[in-house]
This record gives sequence, structure tokens and C-alpha cells, in this order.
Amino acid sequence: MAGASSRSGMSAALTLIGKRFASSLLTLLLVSMTIFVIAQLLPGDAAQEALGQSATPEQVAALRHEMGLDRPAHVRYVSWLGGMLTGDPGQSMVANMPVGEVIEERLPNSLLLAALAAMVAIPVALSIGIGSAMNRGGRIDRALNVVTLAMVAVPEFLVATIAVLIFSVKLRWLPSIALASSDMEWGEYLRGVAMPVLTLCVIVIAQMARMTRAAVIDQMDRPYVEMAVLKGVAPVRVILRHIMPNAIAPIVNAMALSLSYLLGGAVIVETIFNYPGLASLMVNAVTSRDMPLLQACAMIFCAAYLILMLIADVTAILANPRLRAQ
Amino acid sequence: MSATPHVEVKGLTVTARNGAGEIFPIVSDIDFALNRGEVLALIGESGSGKTTIALTLLGHARPGAKIAEGSIRVGECDLTKLDRGALAQLRGNRIAYIAQSAASAFNPSRTIMDQVVEPALIHNLMPRAEAESKAVDLFRALALPFPETIGARYPHQLSGGQLQRLMAAMALITDPELVILDEPTTALDVTTQIEVLRAFKTVVLERGATAIYVSHDLAVVAQMADQIVVLNQGRIREAGAAAQILHAPADDYTRTLMAAARPAVRPAPPKIALPAAPLLEIHGMTAGYGKIGKDGRPRIPVLRDINLTIERGATLGVIGESGSGKSTIARVIAGLLPPASGQVLLDGETLPPGLHGRSRDQFRRVQLVFQNADTALNPAHSVGRILTRPLAFYHGLKGNAARMRVLELLDLIRLPATLIDQPIGGLSGGQKQRINLARALAADPQLILCDEVTSALDTVVGAAILELMAELRRELGIATMFISHDISTVRAICDDILVLYAGTMVETGPREAFGVAPFHPYTDLLIGSVPEMRAGWLEESHAGIAPPPVGGQGDHPDLCRFLPRCPARVDGLCNTTPPPRRPLSKGSQILCHLGDESLRPS
Repeated sequence: MAGASSRSGMSAALTLIGKRFASSLLTLLLVSMTIFVIAQLLPGDAAQEALGQSATPEQVAALRHEMGLDRPAHVRYVSWLGGMLTGDPGQSMVANMPVGEVIEERLPNSLLLAALAAMVAIPVALSIGIGSAMNRGGRIDRALNVVTLAMVAVPEFLVATIAVLIFSVKLRWLPSIALASSDMEWGEYLRGVAMPVLTLCVIVIAQMARMTRAAVIDQMDRPYVEMAVLKGVAPVRVILRHIMPNAIAPIVNAMALSLSYLLGGAVIVETIFNYPGLASLMVNAVTSRDMPLLQACAMIFCAAYLILMLIADVTAILANPRLRAQ
Repeated sequence: MSATPHVEVKGLTVTARNGAGEIFPIVSDIDFALNRGEVLALIGESGSGKTTIALTLLGHARPGAKIAEGSIRVGECDLTKLDRGALAQLRGNRIAYIAQSAASAFNPSRTIMDQVVEPALIHNLMPRAEAESKAVDLFRALALPFPETIGARYPHQLSGGQLQRLMAAMALITDPELVILDEPTTALDVTTQIEVLRAFKTVVLERGATAIYVSHDLAVVAQMADQIVVLNQGRIREAGAAAQILHAPADDYTRTLMAAARPAVRPAPPKIALPAAPLLEIHGMTAGYGKIGKDGRPRIPVLRDINLTIERGATLGVIGESGSGKSTIARVIAGLLPPASGQVLLDGETLPPGLHGRSRDQFRRVQLVFQNADTALNPAHSVGRILTRPLAFYHGLKGNAARMRVLELLDLIRLPATLIDQPIGGLSGGQKQRINLARALAADPQLILCDEVTSALDTVVGAAILELMAELRRELGIATMFISHDISTVRAICDDILVLYAGTMVETGPREAFGVAPFHPYTDLLIGSVPEMRAGWLEESHAGIAPPPVGGQGDHPDLCRFLPRCPARVDGLCNTTPPPRRPLSKGSQILCHLGDESLRPS
């Protein structure tokens, strides 16, 4: 009986996850339309930008025709979407090379930076959040509270600038510019990205730690926690085996939100440290009206965001026996 | 009797810190002792400190509280002298705890088996496989359904009574020498309570464990305890052998508790002879949730074919266990849930089914009093503000006139006028429930729907509310629908009674008919499940012993709903033919195949 109910529970969970996945795909389609429309709303276009102020209207029109910009918007949208689906996001109008290649160069840098920041930030944030929840109201909790609040409040460009001032200018430990190229040694690379990673961590650790603390404390006053204590369960086990399974959904959700920031929100950090990532590429695409590149970058960020949210939702579904057996 | 008692508490004082940082005692000077294998009951109202004392026997004080003085000895250990690690070694091992609400004391994200065997595993008492097989044995001993597989389930898949028994299994997995039971049956229906009590008695007590049983219900305690300690406001009022406390209480407070536990039957006021139509009539009402199907039934039916009338100034008691649809009747009358079919008539005219379409005057005439005043009243609002609102809404009263009326209402519910500017948050539970009642009265209604208005209150406070309601009825002549799960209260105060089982009316009649047998088998079970205040009742009672499963049950939707639990059913009749509604000679109507001659006489 119980076996049957848990089997049907698993298939119910799969249906739920399937639905969630389908709705993610739908969201991505809607996002692609929005991106396309917004890109059209930007003043000027690549032809004008490429030819500069002195170009005659005839020259601009000719280039527009050559670039295919004079076709109606819905035709351009369909051909762009078709290209995206077949893995060809088009030709970068400014760099004059396929968008795919431009992104191929930058995406690994961005992913690496985000991964390094996540690897540092997640364990630290979990430890801070759980640690301060366990000492709720105590001295450690209050100290961590002040620190994380300060971290949330200080803007990242200030963190980055102060970090450069200390580690590059005063101590001369780290380079102030994070160069990343494929022929670098790992040690050299890590030294190069240390400060960008540090700056990104400052922001996301604070957010994640505060959410973790709130989620754990929300569970701590539940009767089942007192029951566990009265069963003689040790404090660490109470947290890991009793509280965590119930707190994991909001924590993963907060983490997914923070981590999505590591990819798309890294513009300022990439700019300050001159790091060749995707976010700064997208900013360049905006200034040069390179729509195919801009749209491709935006789609990547949205897809990453949706994937993270999907992971968070699936975790929430799997962690909750009620949802699992719905 | 051994020379040294097994458990001994001496001079125990537990203190807490209030908002202003002052330290004050919540219980003080507690002394008691009990021998191995004995059961001691801690009896008292909420705030008496009974749970606080019970928790100290695990060396535990809730956050903010502290064991300040005294000694707590269990066996050879003084719990006040042990550090955290040593206490953790005892808890869930030699001393086990059964919490009040098993539904919230089980971790919702882990399987039952995981949680039941956990005490044995963390104290390294036995390997997992052995613990699991022991758990299955305990499930079987506790009369749980599907003992082999029930452990694979999650708490939300089980009922309150099952969870309470599973919690007992979790406590007993380590063969503890002392078991603390903290109001283990308070949250259950009487019919479930008797099953759980029986399981506890056979399994917990007959294993020779010493037990501390915390309860507010003397009749329940009478079944379990050898000794009783009566507590009031953190102090012992009376302590002694169970028989002495129950039959010859020495303390006034104990006598008050005894009196409140069994409400006196109030004589019905003389019926007001009015030729007019009854105040409220319900005809053939069916209600539920989800889409309404072709046969006129909703997808999840809650109520089926309800017919009732309430005369002017009369009280109708609606009784049944949780999930029987009692509150849904009130929701339909109030317009919160439009019925799928049937009619609700107020004063002879049909009420619109939903909230839309009802006039303000129709709203005014029917007022709902919610079960829990704590959640029904905004704690930030003052008494005056809460009572002024309906006065302005229904009667357009403002300023001084409204204030005068609020003072009148406070006088009516026997609360001092000085409360008028107090925030609701600072009042006691009983005071809040009075305000809740006054809020309904402010509308000047003809009918009030009282949904379990005394269930969340202590017996003494609840008895005072019932007293007040009886007075109001005499003075104002308001008709009442009194929804309750407690048949003794309903029998004491209502003129007519309706027994609801799984959304069908199984017995209706004047209250006199509920004093004599025969009853519908479900009414019989309800009445038989109310514990009597004497030892040995549990052993003698036949109520709640499940009959053998019946074969070949048809799937006709109108078959008797009580069939699977009915001890009087007739195979071949009850499981094939829907039961008729038939009168009994004592004056009530039942929904059953059996009649006067074939039902169990008392």
C-alpha cells in the first residue's frame, strides 16, 4: 500500500516538474518577444552606428538593406528565433563575425567567474546563516547581523574600489585588472580573478546568509524541533536532519536568485576589473546597437535565470512530501 | 512498595523573564514523588504550569524559562545537576516524551519510520533493522492499521489519532523507564480519544513504565492515574491518590474543576408562543466544494440532504466529530458557501445562496461567532473599536451614541466598562471570547451561529461562557445554533439536537430524546465515548472497539456512511440498501435500518 502510494507520488512529482519545465519554456518564448521588441525601441540602429554622423541617408539605407534591417519586424523576429533554435544567433553587425563565435569567447569566462564565486559564497553563506540562527539573539548572531547588513548596504563598485586600493595599490598582492586568456596558468588566473570573485561574493553572501537565517529560524520554533530535542537529538543533527529538509526550499530559492545575479549582474565588476565576460559584452552591444549580439546575450541571461529558478522549484517539490504526492 | 520512590521532585521552581526583563516564577514549590510503575497525573487549566513541570522531568525548560531551584530525581540521576550532553543521553532513551499535538510534533518532511526509530539509533541502542522490526511490533500492539507499511508514510497522510499512537511507538522504542504524556488526547475527537486511551493503557502502562500524565480533563485522568496533583497558577492545590481526589476532593479549586467538567442541565425556558413561521428553515440542502455534477452533487460533497428548523429564541445543537461538516452548515447559513442545492429560509423568506444578493438587513439578522477569538479579532484594535464597527455598519451609530451602546454591550457580557479602550491583545482568552460574542450581539441579530465557541477555552472559563449565553438567551430571546463536538455540553444547553456524521444527519430530536436509549449507533458511540469520572470506566466501555470489516460494500452514494464503523449493522441489508429515515418512540428521528426493538437498549 505504502509502496504503491510512493510510486504514484513519484509520478505525480514528475508531472509537476514536467509542467514547471513547460512553463519555463513558455516564459523563455515570451521573454524572446520582449527582448526583440525592446531592442527595436532603442534609438538608432547598427547601420547608422556603423557609418557614423557624416553618412548620407542613402548610404544608411543601402547598408540597412544589406543587413536585412529593412524587413518588417515580425519577419525579422521569426528568422531570428528560428536561428536561435538552430544554434545560429546570427551575425554580429559590428564585429562582423558570427554572434556564436563572439559569445563562445566570452561565455566560459563568465561561467568560470560565477562558478568560482558560487563555490566560495554558498558554503560561507550557509555557515553564517545557520550559525547565526543557532545563536539567535546571542552575541555571534548580532555581530553577523551587522556584518551582513553592512555587506548588503555597500554598493559593489565601492567594494571593488576599496579592494583595489588595499590589495593592488597598498599591498601590491593582486593585479588590479583581471585578464583572462586561455593560455594562462591556473595559479595566475586565480590570482587575476581573486578580486572580482571577492567583490561578487560580498554581495551574494550577505543576501543568501540572511535568507538562510530567516528560513532556519522560521522552523526552529516548530513543535517538531522541540520534540527532536526531547528525543535527545544533538543540536547539529537537529539542524541538519530535522530543520534543513523543511528549510531547504526557501534557502535554495534565495540562492537561485542570488546566483542568477552572478551572471547577469556582474556588469559593474566586469567593467571595473576589465574582465572579458558576457555582461560587459552585452553593454558594448547596447552602445554599438549590435542587436543580434544584444538579443543573444539577453536570451542567455534569461535562460540561466530560468534554469536556476527551475532547479529551485524542483528542489522545493522534491523536498516537500505533500507536493511530491500531490 | 520500594523504600525510595522512582521519581522525586522537591521544591521545584521554574522562572521566566518577562518583556521588561523582570524574573518571575511560573511554577513554585512543587513536590511530588511516585514509585516505579505508577502513573501520576498533573491536572490544571492552561497557565497552571502543568506542561512546564512535565518538561522539567526531561531537564527541559522552554526558551525564556529556567529551572531555578529544587531537585528532580529520576532513578539515581538528579536532572538539575546534569549538563546538556548527559541530558541528551537520557532523553528519548530512559525518559520519553509524548507531545500534545502529534500532528505538529512529527517532522512533516520525514517518514514516520525514520522518526520512530531515531531515538534508538542516536543512542546506539540497536541496529536499524532491529529497531524497525521493533517499531512494527509496537505499531501492531497499538492497533494501528497496516503495521508493516505505515512507517513508510509521511505525517500528512495520517489522521490525528494515528499520529498520536505513532508518537507513543516513538516513545516506547527505547523501553523508557519514565514516559511523559503531555495532553496526548486533547486535540482528538471523543471517539478517537477512547481508542487512543485504550492503546496507551495497554501498551504504555502495562510495560511497567512510570508515567506522568498531563491533562485538563479529570475524567480522562480517572482512567489512567494512580495519583493526581491539582495545579493552579503554578502551585499545587491538592495532591493525593486518584480515588480521593475524584470522590472526596478537599480543595475548593478541585471542586470547581469537577463542576465545570460536567455542565449542569439547564431547564429550557418556556417556549414563546408565536404563531409565526420558524425563524430558520433549511430544506434538502446539499453543499460541498468543487464543480457541481449532473446529479446535483458537488465533486467533494460535505453535507447531504440537510433539513432543519430553528424556532424563535430556541437553541439547536449540532454535534459530530471533526470533518463531519458541522462548521459547513454555519458557513452555508451565513452565505460564505453557496449550497449546491436546497434552500435556506429566514423568517419564511428564501435567503440568497451566496453573500452577493443578501441585503444588509439579512446580514444583520444572522451573525457568526467564530471558534477562535484569538484569530477572529484583530489584536491591535481596542475593544471599543471592534464593537463600534458593527454598530456603525448596521445601525449607523456614531460618536457618543455608539459609545453608550458599547458600554451597554460590555455590561451585557459582564465585562467592566474600563476595558473599552484596552487593546484586544491584552485580554484573557475568556474575555476575548466574550468580546467575540458581543461583536455578534452588536448587530442585534435574530440568530447567532456559535462555532465551537468554548472549545479553545479551559473548562472553568468555558462553563462561564455557557452560563452567559444562557442568560443572554433569556434576556434577549436570540435563537442560537450551537456547534460542538462535546455531547454533554450540547445536551446541557440545547433545546433540539442534530447529530451529524460524515455530512448526513443521523439523528435529530428534542434533547429529552438524547437522555434515553435506544440511540442511532453513531449517537450511541458518541455518548459512550465520553469518559466518566471514575476509575475502571475505560475497561468496561465497549465504545470504539472496531467491528470486523464488512464484506461486499456497494458503492451507492446513499448507503449508510457509518457502515464501516457500525457495530449494529446487518450484513446484506446495510451494505446494499440506503437506510430510511424513521422515528423512534422516544421522539427522535434516525437514519438507520434498525428501529426501537432492534437497537441496543442502554
